[in-house]
Amino acid sequence: MTLMIFFGVIIIAVILALIRAVKGPTAPDRVVGVDIMVTITVALMVLLGIFFKRRIYLDVSLIYAVLSFVGVIAVARYLDKGL
Amino acid sequence: MNQIIGYIVMGVGVAFLFLGALGVFRFPDVYNRLQAGTKCTTLGAFLSIIGAGIVEPTWFLKCLIIAVFILFTNPISAHALARASYKSGVKLWDKSVVDKCKDFEECAKAQEDDK
Repeated sequence: MTLMIFFGVIIIAVILALIRAVKGPTAPDRVVGVDIMVTITVALMVLLGIFFKRRIYLDVSLIYAVLSFVGVIAVARYLDKGL
Repeated sequence: MNQIIGYIVMGVGVAFLFLGALGVFRFPDVYNRLQAGTKCTTLGAFLSIIGAGIVEPTWFLKCLIIAVFILFTNPISAHALARASYKSGVKLWDKSVVDKCKDFEECAKAQEDDK
């Protein structure tokens, strides 16, 4: 029951970040939106692991965190001095 | 008892996540958004994952690894992104008062070029 409330709040947060990612006027705005969305999703996946009692969700969220870090660094480098 | 403490920690973390996303949605320019979003979601994700580890004590080590990874890498990516967006010529908000990066040569040049 408590987890359900948490899921609702997190879904609203993801939607807010997604609106920023779609609407953002410049390219860094969109990257910020996607980055925040991914960080929230990492937490959401750990909570889903608690909910379904499956340990595999922890691995998924760890890999997702690594991928988001690499992706944001790559985009930052691209904005800075090009590929 | 473990369950109650874990769910309280998790709830605080989820509240921080929501406030971070709200800041990203409402603040006026890239730098404000980065500040709100990164600080709030780093603490929020840390607390919710640690709370999950407290609720299920056998998962605690793996949860700690994920949480510490987020705690280390999130500020790095935010810093790289802010630096890149300043250098690629994104302007500050009109009402921003302090711009210390302007004193350095390469940053000032990047902002001048794009006018």
